[in-house]
Amino acid sequence: MRVPISWLKEYIDITMPVTDLVEKLTIGGLEVTGIDYIGVPGGSDRERLVWERDKLVMGHILKVQPHPDADRLVLATVDYGGDETEVVVTGAPNLFPYLGEGPIGDRQLYSPFALEGAVLYDGHRDEPVKMTLKGRKLRGIYNRCMLCSEKELGLSDEHEGIMILEGDYSAGTPVQDVLGDVVLSIDVIPNIARTASILGVAREVAALTGAQLREPSYEVVQEGPPLAGAVEIIITEPELNPRFVALVIEGVERKPSPFWMQQRLRLAGQRPINVVVDISNYVMLEMGQPNHTFDHDFLRERADSYAPDGPIEIITRLPHEGETLTTLDGISRELPPYTILVTDRAGALSLGGIMGGEESEIAEHTTNVLLEAAAWNYINIRRSMHTLKINSEAGFRFSRGVHPEQALLGAKRAAELMRRLAGGTVRQGIVDNYPNPPDQPPIALTADEVARIGGISPSRQEIKEMLEALQFAVKDRGDHLLVTSPPHRLDIEGSHDLIEEVLRVYGYDRIPERTMGDTLPPQRNNPELAFEENVRDLMVALGLQEVITYRLTTPQREAKLLAPGSAGPDDHPYVTLSNPITAERMALRHNLLASVLEIATENSRFRERIGIFEIGTVFLTSEEGILPDERTRLAFVLTGPRRPDHWKEDQAPTYDFFDAKGLVEEMLAALQIDNWHVAPARHPSFRPGRTARLFAGEQPLGHVGELHPLVVETLGFRNDFAVLAADLDLEAIYRRARSERTVVPVPAFPAVHEDLALIVDRELPAAEVAAAIRDAGGFLLQQVELFDIYEGKQIPAGKKSLAYHLIFQAPDKTLADREIRRQRERILQRLEQRLGARLRE
Amino acid sequence: MTTIVDELDELYALSLRGLEAAATTEALEEWYRATLGRKGAVQLQTRKVGQLSPEERPIFGRRANEIKQALEAAYEERLAQLRAAELQAQLETEALDVTLPGRRQWRGRLHPATETLREIYRIWGDMGFQVYRSRDVETEEYNFELLNIPEHHPARDMWDTFHTTTPGVVLRTHTSPGQIHAMRDYYPEPIRVILPGMVYRYEQVTARAEMQFNQVEGLAVGTNITMADLKGTLVDFARRMFGEDRLVRFRANYFPFTEPSAEMDVECVLCGRAGCRVCKYTGWVEILGCGMVHPTVLRNGGYDPEVYSGFAFGMGPERIAMLKYGIEDIRYFWGNDLRFLEQF
Repeated sequence: MRVPISWLKEYIDITMPVTDLVEKLTIGGLEVTGIDYIGVPGGSDRERLVWERDKLVMGHILKVQPHPDADRLVLATVDYGGDETEVVVTGAPNLFPYLGEGPIGDRQLYSPFALEGAVLYDGHRDEPVKMTLKGRKLRGIYNRCMLCSEKELGLSDEHEGIMILEGDYSAGTPVQDVLGDVVLSIDVIPNIARTASILGVAREVAALTGAQLREPSYEVVQEGPPLAGAVEIIITEPELNPRFVALVIEGVERKPSPFWMQQRLRLAGQRPINVVVDISNYVMLEMGQPNHTFDHDFLRERADSYAPDGPIEIITRLPHEGETLTTLDGISRELPPYTILVTDRAGALSLGGIMGGEESEIAEHTTNVLLEAAAWNYINIRRSMHTLKINSEAGFRFSRGVHPEQALLGAKRAAELMRRLAGGTVRQGIVDNYPNPPDQPPIALTADEVARIGGISPSRQEIKEMLEALQFAVKDRGDHLLVTSPPHRLDIEGSHDLIEEVLRVYGYDRIPERTMGDTLPPQRNNPELAFEENVRDLMVALGLQEVITYRLTTPQREAKLLAPGSAGPDDHPYVTLSNPITAERMALRHNLLASVLEIATENSRFRERIGIFEIGTVFLTSEEGILPDERTRLAFVLTGPRRPDHWKEDQAPTYDFFDAKGLVEEMLAALQIDNWHVAPARHPSFRPGRTARLFAGEQPLGHVGELHPLVVETLGFRNDFAVLAADLDLEAIYRRARSERTVVPVPAFPAVHEDLALIVDRELPAAEVAAAIRDAGGFLLQQVELFDIYEGKQIPAGKKSLAYHLIFQAPDKTLADREIRRQRERILQRLEQRLGARLRE
Repeated sequence: MTTIVDELDELYALSLRGLEAAATTEALEEWYRATLGRKGAVQLQTRKVGQLSPEERPIFGRRANEIKQALEAAYEERLAQLRAAELQAQLETEALDVTLPGRRQWRGRLHPATETLREIYRIWGDMGFQVYRSRDVETEEYNFELLNIPEHHPARDMWDTFHTTTPGVVLRTHTSPGQIHAMRDYYPEPIRVILPGMVYRYEQVTARAEMQFNQVEGLAVGTNITMADLKGTLVDFARRMFGEDRLVRFRANYFPFTEPSAEMDVECVLCGRAGCRVCKYTGWVEILGCGMVHPTVLRNGGYDPEVYSGFAFGMGPERIAMLKYGIEDIRYFWGNDLRFLEQF
């Protein structure tokens, strides 16, 4: 909502500086999102044109004479308050009507007058470009001053003619003082839609500053023939159309509206059209009550077709099946069944509260106007606008709730302006059908309640005064107040709403700040969150960068993770959006690794080493209920050189399967998950033979492995390094993890280190050998660590050698050589029996 | 006797001079062998004890021992000196150009959104607010209706919503549904929780707008909570998050689930009220929306609004991070360009 301060001042005195007013309004809930300074200094935009007080003044046009050498130019004699008058050469077509030898009759014509050196916008350029006025000869006559167009002042794009203001101005007054203004842009929040009008803002200013409000007069002089019996209003849906008011104005002239009205409309963001349309818009902006003008004679003609001598019957009703209406924007609209129409017996005339129809719209030849001001159900208006995809100034206001009481006032105000400014005659009588006044019972409010919620303790009397400043009717009933909403508000439903009003008038800035003294709730840990954050820290400690990705994707993008020819990992349906904003994000993801890999691929354009992880949610449609299962997973991707390049080192080796697996092992160890194991696995995203599935007992925890080379290619990685990845079920890991920890004493007796090299079948998984060693080693065997694998000359074909460091240690003594020997022999014996292993000599 | 003792003393003096002259550890070892070794000069001299009378022998012996010990001590001292000097010389030759680059390490980092979330958790945790999380995909009932936003109400325009193909199921537009979940879980206990999580908006992604972002809402419910508590608590938060001496202001606003409602602004972090692009020349930046929980919402959570009251607030961690770190494009967050992430 654009609010010119000059217009606002018609209803309220404003003595404080604009910036103070802006602060008051903003704190009070009318957030000022922009301040436009029109020709006057202020604000921080240095590019803006400021009208210099001594160089841009009001010029009184005394006479207009022909130019001796040019038909298209005239000479205007102007009094600009200087010692002598000035003759200006101009081609402004709107001065030609005043061409004559003598002085211009008794009409007081003024125009903004620029003296040499004044800075203006160049009227001949499309863009706003500033120029400084310099004297020059125009067809032989020296010209050092100029009469200005709206465009040259930066008021509009109008450059057809000069601005001509008729009225009681005085020559030499700085233009700043006449046309200068400040326009506030105010954000209209849904519950104070009443501020979508200048008067509405003035009411707020009155309450916030204590100044006295001056409402416009709603009196209308009615001198035309009586209206009774000529127009009838029939409301079929009082719930959707609580009130409908109609007046008829005869003999309106279709001329431009007065300059002041045009100027106000322009500053408020509306283009002036003609006096009838302008008045309609003006009253809407002034009071927030939209209204509509019909061509009366068109309606009368139609009425003659269904009831020759009967009244014009205006019927508001829901559409018939299949009914359409062409709105004044020229679009033929199919109507949803709940959209209320203004009709007559011959058919639909307009979309009630939203937009007029093309047929019944006032036209060039219209002289008699039927003026409508009505009230509409705001929820239904919003719903209809939404379905019909229409925006209009009227709909904007009605969809936020306009009080039915305003309908009558708005109709009278508009009719009176048409009488005064458009030369119309208002017929006597107002047709006012008001079947459904809003139910707004008085609300009880106590000072205790204001204190309980608001945290301030004004007296009952003070509360009463604050509410009265906002035009609430307040009765003091001794222990409580009875508060009735003013006839322009529909948003007050209970005492909580009144408390907000009290606080707004009191000033949010004056509410004290208190440290909460209320009972502290039982304090609880959030173990799932703590676990997640712990895992994040672990991954970071292991050298990975956290990423956070979009949870919206497409099935096609996730399908890139399936190597050609492989079956999908799941055929679960996706949760899809019915209104995606882009086709690229239309479904909720199944696969966290796919998201992380997309990021890895993008980064491969400028990074060789990539080590990233995400902890995030995936979404699987559920068998039970309408909401999907939301699962938390952990995925990481690792690729590139294992350490950064250094001048002293050879090139680092690149990551391989065992880096990824090692990372998983470190994580599981840190989370104290024992009893885990891996098994070779096949997975459509991973490279066969280099993929492991991770288990804790029987519970699968996910996969770790090298990505399938075809998948790497499909994704478009820029490097040839192996891409290692893991996709893990973080919830399953959480259930297996232990947070409690038992510390064992640091050994007091020395450990004995033994090496053991075994020859086993080449195909035997190393994990089985290690497990068998552990089994046989008993409690004295503290650690088993593989340090070498060998296949080759000294080993029989089909065999491999595995070499282990073994560490033996007893908690209570130094182990003797023979004890170690015994253990060693037992291990060898058992391995031979179970796995056919032999000692490598 | 005198001659032998004199010779011994002369030998002592001579040896000390020799010791001084030994410039390397090798020379010193050589000196030791020649002086104190088994066939060294001192040993040879002591053998001359046989030339003395039995009365003189102990006197000579004592003197010989004194000299041996003195030379041993002098040797040790000299050895230490020489070793130190030699080590010093060796270290000098092994000096590095310490201005050469060090060996870099791959370092892991948290995403800036996580860092900001954690800071928010920590501050609210200190004030007794604990983290309560709920689901991303919600029913319209929880996302709207129970929060006092009926169907077709103009307030719904405040949230551009992603609807799923299942009627009545939406991607949550805020973490406020968690308010209802938390109240229904904890009734009749008093409540202090924060509700973090990813939220979704039907919004073209631009430098200033995202379709997915984190939100942290907060909820306090009790029997003695007023707008003054709201202000005091949120001001404490803002000062810890943005700096002790930052100015904070509250202005009236509208949210369907709170009444009275407010918006909290903090003095612009970048320009400190002078006016800049970030604060749109107002000197203030919007940090969070807040208000006293609407009676309808309390009732929907199971709490009697005549007895209980409470406040709620909501903020965007990414927006806060943008203000704190001067990030001008919100798309950086989910873009995950390592050149951005590695700046943290």
